[in-house]
Amino acid sequence: MRKGESLAGWLLTLPAAIAFLLLLLLPTLAAVTLAFTDYELGEWPPHWIGLENFTEMWTDRGFLTSFRNTVVYVAIVAPVSVLGGLGLALLIESAARGRAFFRAVFFLPVVSLTVAMAAAWQYLLHPTIGPVNAVLRSLGIAGPAWLSSSDTVLLSLAFIGVWEAVGFNMVLFMAGLTAIPKELREAAAVDGAQTAWDRFRLVTWPLLGPTTLFVVTISLIRSVRVFDTVAVLTRGGPNKASEVLLYTMYTEGFTYLRLGYSAAITLVFLVIVLGLMLLQTRVLDRRVHYG
Amino acid sequence: MGSAIRLGMLSALGLFVLLPYIWMLSASLKPTDEIFRASLTLIPETFAAAENFGRVFARVPVLDYLVNGVIVCAGILVFQLLFAVPAGYALAKLRFAGREFVFGAVMLGLLVPPHVPALPLYAGLSAVGWLNSFGALIVPSTISVFAIFLFRQFFKSLPDELIHAARIDGMSELSIVWRVILPNAWPAATAFAIFSVVAHWNDLFWPLIVVTGHERATPALGVLYFRTEEAGDDFGALMAACTIMTAPLILAFLVAQRRFVEGIATTGLKG
Repeated sequence: MRKGESLAGWLLTLPAAIAFLLLLLLPTLAAVTLAFTDYELGEWPPHWIGLENFTEMWTDRGFLTSFRNTVVYVAIVAPVSVLGGLGLALLIESAARGRAFFRAVFFLPVVSLTVAMAAAWQYLLHPTIGPVNAVLRSLGIAGPAWLSSSDTVLLSLAFIGVWEAVGFNMVLFMAGLTAIPKELREAAAVDGAQTAWDRFRLVTWPLLGPTTLFVVTISLIRSVRVFDTVAVLTRGGPNKASEVLLYTMYTEGFTYLRLGYSAAITLVFLVIVLGLMLLQTRVLDRRVHYG
Repeated sequence: MGSAIRLGMLSALGLFVLLPYIWMLSASLKPTDEIFRASLTLIPETFAAAENFGRVFARVPVLDYLVNGVIVCAGILVFQLLFAVPAGYALAKLRFAGREFVFGAVMLGLLVPPHVPALPLYAGLSAVGWLNSFGALIVPSTISVFAIFLFRQFFKSLPDELIHAARIDGMSELSIVWRVILPNAWPAATAFAIFSVVAHWNDLFWPLIVVTGHERATPALGVLYFRTEEAGDDFGALMAACTIMTAPLILAFLVAQRRFVEGIATTGLKG
């Protein structure tokens, strides 16, 4: 049996192992290697150029703008969607009725085709025929060209990003909230935590620690990955004002066919994602515990 | 806070979240001149639904997009299960040399976003002349380390007696996987299926890379094409196209709401 079991174990993992090797491990290692070459599609063999791609990034205004835009986008979308998700989860948990209904409403953007909803937002935010500016006009305010002015484009995209992410975070927080026993809040009330705010601060918030850390990390990673809305609505414009990391990687690689440079940008992206995950495990080890 | 205030706040916020859906539907029913008047009435004075939806169907192969979306999502899901379920079972229930190593590889794989292997995969598919095919859309997503991880965790909680009984009945390990383990793992399997279909139906990044032209375009790509090539300022038709492409998943969600929410919540860790 032992020998048979070992053989069965290998045979059952083999298909997955081969697919893993061919479709994930080798391409990932290849991407990391390409980052140190000048590979362009159709020009074989590529030359090893060491860190040249990375030194080019430092002076590449397009990349630097893209990097800065991504940071700004993440700095808006992650905190707003985390706090918004928490707020919605608390509101729905304490609502007397309509929980399933509201949960479904706020969750709808998560299952909707991002590309299509981006187009719907584009219509809503259209400078002349869009309802948003029509409302502003009726109030006597001249609304900006939300998605086509370099002053507001990133903000508008971040707003759509929050709209999309907040229901996702809400569901994760709701799962975390149901894990907290009701008796604890009641006990806190008996012990003198009179207001709802006190009970939240003293009981719910600390017990929600692991959930919050998880939601924060996932929100950061998901917003670093912003691509669809940019690709559909702005293509990085106007004047690179909405250029973001993955979109720059895409254009460098698949429009200009500079796969080496594109791989280097991918590597920067990977390092950011890994850094965020590492940060999560560090914080998890040290600070967030049930207490 | 009074419960009436809470309900009011939730309703206002909910209405706000629904705004793009409401206006999308409204514009898909309006004739172009009404849209350009930018009035704030939702109900059109003259209904132009037939014209708007008609223009979409006349100009782009909408049904092909939807069928392509179904083929791609189904193909990906079938292969993901085919690879991940046996591997998850082996990692959870069988002892074999190298098991810890394989599990370590799975954990490492969880750290890598799908955008990272994309460039070499594209170069490889291009070299073998596979671009613009269902193969190119499906194959790179067939291995999901997340699925292996999820199934391994779930299978660990299944009782060993189940497997012992099946072995005494003389079943092979492979038939144990498909006929004993999987039927007992529906919660994990549906959760993963929902996660996978939502992710791939909505994905733009990969189809944009490997597909050019309408023949193999997925719904996400179809909307992008229609917006850039056909629609121009024809927002009525564009919103009609968006409605068509968004509808299938939203209808599925409305039918199986609880499963969707739980499915995404339990699989949320992949992001």
